[in-house]
Amino acid sequence: MSIDYSSLVLPYVRPSELDRHDVAHRPVIVVGAGPVGLTVAIDLARYGTPVLLVDEDDKLAQGSRAICFAKRSLEIWDRLGCGEAITARGVSWQVGKVYFGDGLVYRFDLLPEPGHHRPAFVNLQQYAVEGMLYEHALSEPAIEMRFRQRVVAVEPRDDGVTVTIETPDGTYRLYCDYLVACDGSRSPVRAFLGLETRGQVFRDRFLIADVRMTRDLPAERRFWFDPPFHPHGSALMHRQPDNVWRLDFQLGWDADPVVERQPERVMPRVRAMVGDDVDFELVWCSVYTFACTRMAHFRHGRVLFAGDAAHGVSPFGARGANSGVEDAANLAWKLHYVLRGDAPASLLDSYGCEREPAADENIRHSTRSADFLTPKSEMSRTFRDAVLGLARNHPFARRLVNSGRLSTASTLADSPLNTPDRDAFAGAMTPGAAAADAPVAHDARDDWLLRHLGGRFVALQFANGADAHGEPIALQGLRVEALVMNAAANATANALVDREGVAFARYDAKPGTTYLFRPDQHVCARWRSFDRHAIGAAVARATGH
Amino acid sequence: MLNIEPNLSAPDDFYEALIDMHRGLDDKQSAMVNARLILLLANHVGDLDVLREAMARARADVVPSG
Repeated sequence: MSIDYSSLVLPYVRPSELDRHDVAHRPVIVVGAGPVGLTVAIDLARYGTPVLLVDEDDKLAQGSRAICFAKRSLEIWDRLGCGEAITARGVSWQVGKVYFGDGLVYRFDLLPEPGHHRPAFVNLQQYAVEGMLYEHALSEPAIEMRFRQRVVAVEPRDDGVTVTIETPDGTYRLYCDYLVACDGSRSPVRAFLGLETRGQVFRDRFLIADVRMTRDLPAERRFWFDPPFHPHGSALMHRQPDNVWRLDFQLGWDADPVVERQPERVMPRVRAMVGDDVDFELVWCSVYTFACTRMAHFRHGRVLFAGDAAHGVSPFGARGANSGVEDAANLAWKLHYVLRGDAPASLLDSYGCEREPAADENIRHSTRSADFLTPKSEMSRTFRDAVLGLARNHPFARRLVNSGRLSTASTLADSPLNTPDRDAFAGAMTPGAAAADAPVAHDARDDWLLRHLGGRFVALQFANGADAHGEPIALQGLRVEALVMNAAANATANALVDREGVAFARYDAKPGTTYLFRPDQHVCARWRSFDRHAIGAAVARATGH
Repeated sequence: MLNIEPNLSAPDDFYEALIDMHRGLDDKQSAMVNARLILLLANHVGDLDVLREAMARARADVVPSG
């Protein structure tokens, strides 16, 4: 029996600072122990930066909450050492089906090609992800976690941030170099700084009902427009672990959120959907609305905002938690390099330059989905229904059906940290792209490319066995690891071998082609030859020098 | 580039067919048929720049009443 994370109580320990009169110093304080705060804390700790994580509560997320965790999040957690456990506990899926009435109108496959370590998505209750990240954080000596400790004041200064924290035993103050606010959509830290987040609220309400039932259905995302069991609305069905299913019903703006979450209202909706012959038990339900919002800037001096605190989207693309995890991975290495003196503080501006456009992209997708689900005018509804009607028999219209465009890794295309291409390349691995995985062999064992990238700068040289540079490169004190990808097994020590040719193809590589990857596994430069000077210049650029 | 020069091989036949398409329909049904027609034609055109130009021309001179 696996641990029931939903009822885990996180320990409160009376902090020693309550008995001190001076103000203790911490390099980094992270506020909020959700998936984003835990990820940024673990990532920082693994780079070697001590981090204090504080949360006002002593419980993990209540109810299932976020359930769809994307391939990119799993790859980030792989780098942190907990991707395998999370993937193994979740339900892997990649196929989505969209119905209009009771007819299938559109089917999509989010990962149609083989040769990736991680699936397109796993479904897993948010509290389980948080629980596994929490357990992993316990094993990192550089992390201290404090629960039932509420930040009640934030005083930013030029050289740091003073934070006042309230506990059941009184308040104390800490001084930190950087404060990372992962404290959710109603971010108290944002409010303390007098900052706001702006955007569009959608006038619609949705019911989530998580039910436990035994159904032998494939693990797919199934979405209905105007189904017979829920006329005039949309509905969604997702499989979670432990025979729990996520059901989502569009209710309309006029629905009463208090009334609609009463079991006597919820049960008939579920019954209509699952049929008369299935036993089910209601696990959790909630009525929600959503807004697409973002802060104008994610960096405010020494305070950095990540996840829902910085940006908000609708749930119909799984872009909330997943984009927050990408924020975390983007920020952690930069904070570490700056704190260690390997990069100027201005490197942190690139966190905003990269993640603000990523948030815009997520909001754009989310807004388009919301406009399809919740048409704002009669004509908008007419076009939506026209698309759905045509989709049955017209392949082109299926591509217009939008029940949510699901989260994929953001390409940081316009980042100042990228070195623009000097040589000609084809394919998706442009500077700014998150590294694509590929099956490789290492020490004659099956392995994955992504397991060898990240945590430091890596210069990966594709080779045919001759003239490969496998020794580490030291540039301005920054260690860059040089790795070799051979087309076939040969004598190059420690080389990766692309036995199936997938890595060469995905990276449009020829012998000599060299890619430079950042610590967060994003491509930041590439060349057709191995050039130490060019690599040095690209690393300097990617670290804000 | 949107072609605004004459391009219809039989303009009067086209116009008659367009009006006939709506025969016997109420306004709501007509709106649906128009929407489907726009979608079908847009896919046939394919080029988003051309479609945007057509949309801009269609909306030009129409002032929102709100």
